[in-house]
Amino acid sequence: MSQTRFGRATSEFCESRAALVALAVTLLLVVLAIAAPLIAPQNPYDLARLSILDNNLAPGSRGVSGTFYALGTDDQGRDMLSAILYGLRLSLFVGVLATCIALVVGTSVGAISAYVGGRLDAALMRLVDVQLSFPAILIALILAAVLGKGVDKVVIALVSVQWAYYARTVRSAALVERSREYIAAARGLALPQSRIVFRHLLPNAFAPIPPIATVQFAHAIGLEATLSFLGVGVPITEPSLGLLIANGYRYMLSGDIWISFFPGVALLVVILAVNVVGDRLRDVMNPRLRH
Amino acid sequence: MAPILTVENLKTYFFGRAGIVKAVDGVSFSIDSGKVLGLVGESGSGKTVAATSILGLVDPPGRIVAGSIRLAGEELVGLSDSALRDYRGRRIAMVFQDPMTSLNPVLRIDTQMIEAIAAHERVAQHVARARARDALAAVGIASAEERLSAYPHQLSGGMRQRVAIAIALLHRPQLLIADEPTTALDVTIQSQILALVQRLCSDSGTALIWITHDLAVVAGLADRVAVMYAGRIVEAGPVEDVFGRPLHPYTRGLIGSIPSRQQRGGLLRQIPGMPPSAANRPAGCAFAPRCSRADAACAVDPPVVAHGAARATCCWHPHIEPETVV
Repeated sequence: MSQTRFGRATSEFCESRAALVALAVTLLLVVLAIAAPLIAPQNPYDLARLSILDNNLAPGSRGVSGTFYALGTDDQGRDMLSAILYGLRLSLFVGVLATCIALVVGTSVGAISAYVGGRLDAALMRLVDVQLSFPAILIALILAAVLGKGVDKVVIALVSVQWAYYARTVRSAALVERSREYIAAARGLALPQSRIVFRHLLPNAFAPIPPIATVQFAHAIGLEATLSFLGVGVPITEPSLGLLIANGYRYMLSGDIWISFFPGVALLVVILAVNVVGDRLRDVMNPRLRH
Repeated sequence: MAPILTVENLKTYFFGRAGIVKAVDGVSFSIDSGKVLGLVGESGSGKTVAATSILGLVDPPGRIVAGSIRLAGEELVGLSDSALRDYRGRRIAMVFQDPMTSLNPVLRIDTQMIEAIAAHERVAQHVARARARDALAAVGIASAEERLSAYPHQLSGGMRQRVAIAIALLHRPQLLIADEPTTALDVTIQSQILALVQRLCSDSGTALIWITHDLAVVAGLADRVAVMYAGRIVEAGPVEDVFGRPLHPYTRGLIGSIPSRQQRGGLLRQIPGMPPSAANRPAGCAFAPRCSRADAACAVDPPVVAHGAARATCCWHPHIEPETVV
């Protein structure tokens, strides 16, 4: 039955052409990001390979040594196509890592909160309320400013912003499951508490999480780009998409729009594709939204 | 022989915002090894809370405020949760009402059985699995080996209840509490399960508390019966005596409201009124507002009065006809 349910969800997912296209785009971007070192014309991190004479070249032009720059170059003479592929790699990596950690932390907190109940539950959920009542960007900005630059710091900031969504969602689902008889039966058998929470309660309360995780993944990428754009995200030596946009921002008014434009398009496509997939997942997996 | 389980004056209250709910309000009973006690009552009479109190699984805001629960002479009330865990599953086991929800839907049968064994014993995986298979065979599940790797949804309701019983009996408990385990099943499956539990318990000397609102089940299965009303046991005794010559007006009303062939076409008899809300129970006999025999005396709590060696009731005006007085 779970097989057929999975099959039904898959076929329903495929009914939406937009979702299929978005899924294909997402997968393509992931492959591009993973394969970036193999397919990028240039290693944008290797400053010795850059030619400063090739700076701010328009898309489609050739450099002094005859190198072809399909998407132009930035102010350091960096090939934008390569920079975007590497930036995409970093953005997706940060997004995946932050989403996974936030998911593990958030779902665990939610399940424990629902199982233990009482004061611990009240305290944790007030913390979640406080967390969610502030704009995500504000908390991330403060944390990033305090912690400093670096991929690990950005991930910490993103996790601190996002765990609360998972915690609240899992808690509400787990509260329902908590009152079911199999939990009482498990307690009656004196199973270890951790086993009841993580093997019995959490898996049964997990259903609403995948769509949320997908959307949160897109949020994480956007948030990381925002932080990097504002200069508190990843270090300048390893630019993500957001930092690339920030680098080109200065040249926008002088007409060299491609330095910001193409990373911006890449970011837009990533977030849009992931969001469409997430939306469709939510529709398929939540029977109440079905018509 | 000393009874395996003795419950004395058990009081389990729930301290809600709206006030104190006295779900179990002074319940006493005992049960011998290998015997079956039927705990009968309508919804909300406190049967299940009494059962969860024995296991020490009453959830806040509820707690046991008074009384004593002794298993083979050892006091359970007041024990820490970690001390109680040693009893749960190993010496006292419970089977729940709805086999659709009492097994975890996302775990395979073998996983659930092996973890139940591992909760109390250190055994190798393959040994535990073999024991699980034997336990399934013992509850009459054909091709037990295959069923082990099934998920609960792949089994029928009766089969799932058999699995739940097999899990409950894995550690050969001294006491099995069955909380309406056949209510959700077909009548034919119901009688199979009844016979199965009866046989397994009498074979292993396990005392059985069968909680139900189905008087017919109790009549066929139990040695003794205790009738609960509004958190108290209003009548207890050997099953033939209680059903043959009920003393308490409530018991009499319950038995009278069973549809029978003789009254076909006529109006069914029922007990007038509704059970009192457990939150604001009237003083005195809780059944008095619905009782045809009630009078001024019933405004005072009736004491538990023994009638003969094995029976007791708490009523000011029990149905004692001259010929039944011992």
